[in-house]
Amino acid sequence: MNAPPVITAPVPAGLADEAGQPAPAAAGRRPAGWSGLWLGLVLPVAIALGWEMAIRTGLIQGRLMPAPSRILGTLWGLAVTGELWTHVQATLARVLAGFALGALAGTAMGALSGTSELMRRIMDPTLQALRSVPSIAWVPLFLLWLGIFEASKVALIAVGVFFPVYLGVAGAIEGIDRKLIEVGRVFRLGRFAMLRRVLLPAVLPSWILSLRAGLGLGFMFVVAAEFMGASEGLGYLLVDGQQMGRPDRILAAIIAFALLGKLADGVLVALTRPVLRWQDTARSRL
Amino acid sequence: MFVVERLTKTYADGTRALHEVSLSVEAGEILAVVGGSGCGKTTLLRLVAGLDRASSGAIAVDCEVLDGPHPAVGIVFQEPRLLPWLTVAGNAGFGLMDLPRAERDDRVADVLARVGLAEQAGRWPRDLSGGQQQRVAIARALVARPKVLLLDEPFSALDAFTRASLHEHLLALWEASRPTVVIVTHDVEEAVALADRVVVMRPRPGRVFETVTVRAGRPRDRLAPGFEKAKRRILNALDRSLKTPADRPQADAGGAELWW
Repeated sequence: MNAPPVITAPVPAGLADEAGQPAPAAAGRRPAGWSGLWLGLVLPVAIALGWEMAIRTGLIQGRLMPAPSRILGTLWGLAVTGELWTHVQATLARVLAGFALGALAGTAMGALSGTSELMRRIMDPTLQALRSVPSIAWVPLFLLWLGIFEASKVALIAVGVFFPVYLGVAGAIEGIDRKLIEVGRVFRLGRFAMLRRVLLPAVLPSWILSLRAGLGLGFMFVVAAEFMGASEGLGYLLVDGQQMGRPDRILAAIIAFALLGKLADGVLVALTRPVLRWQDTARSRL
Repeated sequence: MFVVERLTKTYADGTRALHEVSLSVEAGEILAVVGGSGCGKTTLLRLVAGLDRASSGAIAVDCEVLDGPHPAVGIVFQEPRLLPWLTVAGNAGFGLMDLPRAERDDRVADVLARVGLAEQAGRWPRDLSGGQQQRVAIARALVARPKVLLLDEPFSALDAFTRASLHEHLLALWEASRPTVVIVTHDVEEAVALADRVVVMRPRPGRVFETVTVRAGRPRDRLAPGFEKAKRRILNALDRSLKTPADRPQADAGGAELWW
């Protein structure tokens, strides 16, 4: 009974063909690559060109809506003097610190809520209520608690990152396919082995998606954070542009925010792509 | 020998899915279980696999009473249930993690060769057809070398051509190591093509209604008169099982024999 099976019978007709078939799903799967990147540039470039033309032909006033060439000139000037990099560095450091704290707390609390019905009942109603609080409402409290320096800013960003990660992890754990867990049970996996070999891989795609959502919110919350008396950062550049009556500076800061956010998301996607290459989704096209 | 003794399953809401089902399957025998919807076929397999707990009764393999999932019992589900983050080889070797790497790799390569998927070892489940995925599931169950292999309608989602191919393939695998096989199916032709005995179950609550012994060599000719006769005999039993009042005891557990 326990002897290794030895099959002398040939593979039945039909199976050989089936085994040798190239995968239909794999054939058309190609990463978006450079063509996707260029296609993504078509819309912003077209808007910029139309905008530029409208101002140069006098169709619209450029005083409050400066031409893209002027905005890019301002951005270039900030980059050349090094001022832009100081602001980018400050913003990035705050987002990364807040993201790390928020993601860690969101993952831990989400895992607790997802795995324990008792913990979910205790924590979830409160967290769902807090989720509805606008980011700006936390500002005075954090200023009182943590002062005007970095700690309050990082805390505000962490709050923004926390909720999507918490919800993503808790929801992913609750949504794990029971049938896959039964496969683990059939092979008598212990609690730790079940966690490592079934549960964690199963929640990985949702966790990474929630991290991306959290990172995006981190960049939104950093603006509110840098309104709290910052002396550097892209948020400060926005306030500075408004106070100086320089819409080109405001728009330059907005463009820098957009580029930085896209870049950070791209890095996260690139870092996580190898661990999700098994997915049978359209993600590779994103 | 694999024995199920007076197995009863009553759910928390009072629904009795199985009532005192008793089976005795010889080592190396293939037993098919057929029956209408709700007659407890899948419940029976889940109890034997240790995925659910019986309300009463006992399950034993070679005189060892089972209480939960056991290495002596392997199962192939209706759907392949492959873990999408593991390659074909990773899925096939899922139950062998306690073995040293070299031995695990050897056994996985061996079983994949046997199911005709050696070339696909490094591919993802998403890249396989339904038939190939089910063959990986069979490989995953067999690589652990169980004494009893349970199959829960494993070919029901496949087209007739692939199903017939997999029947031959399963028989070839069984021929090599001769595990005891219990296959649940809705397909009477499948039952006659594969099994030494066919147990007909009746519903509400699920219990054994009749057992038909199929005495024929393999491979079986599906066009032979005996094959048709066996099918008719089982279909007749199925028909009677659905018409029998629920409180009537099982009609014929001893079994009628068919020869051709």
